[in-house]
Amino acid sequence: MEVWLRTWAILWKDILIEVRTKGTFNAMAFFAALILFIFSFAIGPDFDLLRRIAAGLLWVGITFTGLLALARTYHSEELAGGLEALLLYPGEPRAIFLGKLVGNLAVLLLVEVILYPVAAVLFHMDLTGKILPVAGIAFLGTLGFSVIGTFYAALTLHLRAREVMLPLLVLPLLVPVLLGAVSATAALVDPAAAGGVAGWVRLLIAFDVLYFVVCTWTFPVLLER
Amino acid sequence: MTELTASPRLKGWHRLLAFLAVATTVVGSIIGLFVVPPDAMQGNVQRLMYLHVPAAWLAFLAFFIVFVMAVLYLIQRDPRWDMIAAGSAEIGVLFTALTLILGSLWGKPIWGVWWTWDPRLTTTAILLVIYVGYLAVRSFAADPERRARWSAVVGIVGFADVPIVYLSVTWWRSLHQPPSSPMSMAPSMLWTLMLNVVAFTLLFGYLLVRKYQVAVAERALEDREAMR
Repeated sequence: MEVWLRTWAILWKDILIEVRTKGTFNAMAFFAALILFIFSFAIGPDFDLLRRIAAGLLWVGITFTGLLALARTYHSEELAGGLEALLLYPGEPRAIFLGKLVGNLAVLLLVEVILYPVAAVLFHMDLTGKILPVAGIAFLGTLGFSVIGTFYAALTLHLRAREVMLPLLVLPLLVPVLLGAVSATAALVDPAAAGGVAGWVRLLIAFDVLYFVVCTWTFPVLLER
Repeated sequence: MTELTASPRLKGWHRLLAFLAVATTVVGSIIGLFVVPPDAMQGNVQRLMYLHVPAAWLAFLAFFIVFVMAVLYLIQRDPRWDMIAAGSAEIGVLFTALTLILGSLWGKPIWGVWWTWDPRLTTTAILLVIYVGYLAVRSFAADPERRARWSAVVGIVGFADVPIVYLSVTWWRSLHQPPSSPMSMAPSMLWTLMLNVVAFTLLFGYLLVRKYQVAVAERALEDREAMR
């Protein structure tokens, strides 16, 4: 119980900071939409081609935006030794991970709420009647992304060249998540795409559960002094 | 000077290991190049297999050792486990790159392309990137204790990813083509391959011992400079 209270405290602190300073989320959502917009230019106005690769483009956009969000995960703690102060509080350090994880997950899901309609319009994705399953896959993919990302953001916090190191470490690990999310979304949205959805959903769930356990368990090791 | 020549007790048997590694590698190469007949279908290009398969085996062995050493390090916090893990990761990256390059050289005449998105190829490439990341973490962390801790975590999390990556990539490609199946081999070819696997494993053992000794020496140097 105590862990959840701490998790909520960390999360609420970040929400307050975000609401009061504003800006970051808006800029991030705009950036995400802009990426999709740029893709349309890079690939050209071929409707069939765009529809076929829409799920992939969408998830590349989510990945890039996600990396931006992840790099900022511990931003507020870095100023004036906030992380040291947090760690001085007695109790479970895993709550810091869980709080930051829920924060990243929430931010990315909110970005996706904007991104999916934009993609549907730009890439002619037909979402009618499929919103719930598509949203479920988005949630599973984003959860895996956030778990790995929040974990590695803490690891790269005190590393030199960490702006490069975070994507370098995170992207190879995320291959199964990206494959799962893209393939399942494509199978739902594009009637021409072959392949089932159920297998990919199981893979995403397995990935999420495995890494949630591994990362939550080993997180305190990252923050030892 | 004495503490710089690290772990003198290894000296006797590491010479023997070096001799065995070099001897088996030379014999294995000669047999693979000249003694065993070329493949009926693929000709001499097939001889690349005698290097490619052992290199791939070493890559996986090396990364498994990194994983085991990382777990041991996090439990016992003994810097020696970290040094073994670091050496093993470096050798593993070297042999993973070698596996991909040799496979590519073989793939061009046989498949007609340097690269294809076959599950094993893709998984090996992702493996390479994960452990290049591992080495990058090591080179970007200054403090030895933190370096050991962080890289151990990267070694564990990265290794856990390998089976999931393989599974996902297999499914992804199974929509298009089945993975290439291992072909049945003539006994002479199989024996040559086994000999080369043994040779490479001995070579790996020798390189790992040397890497470990260098790591111990470097650590001693770091400690000296810190004391100064």
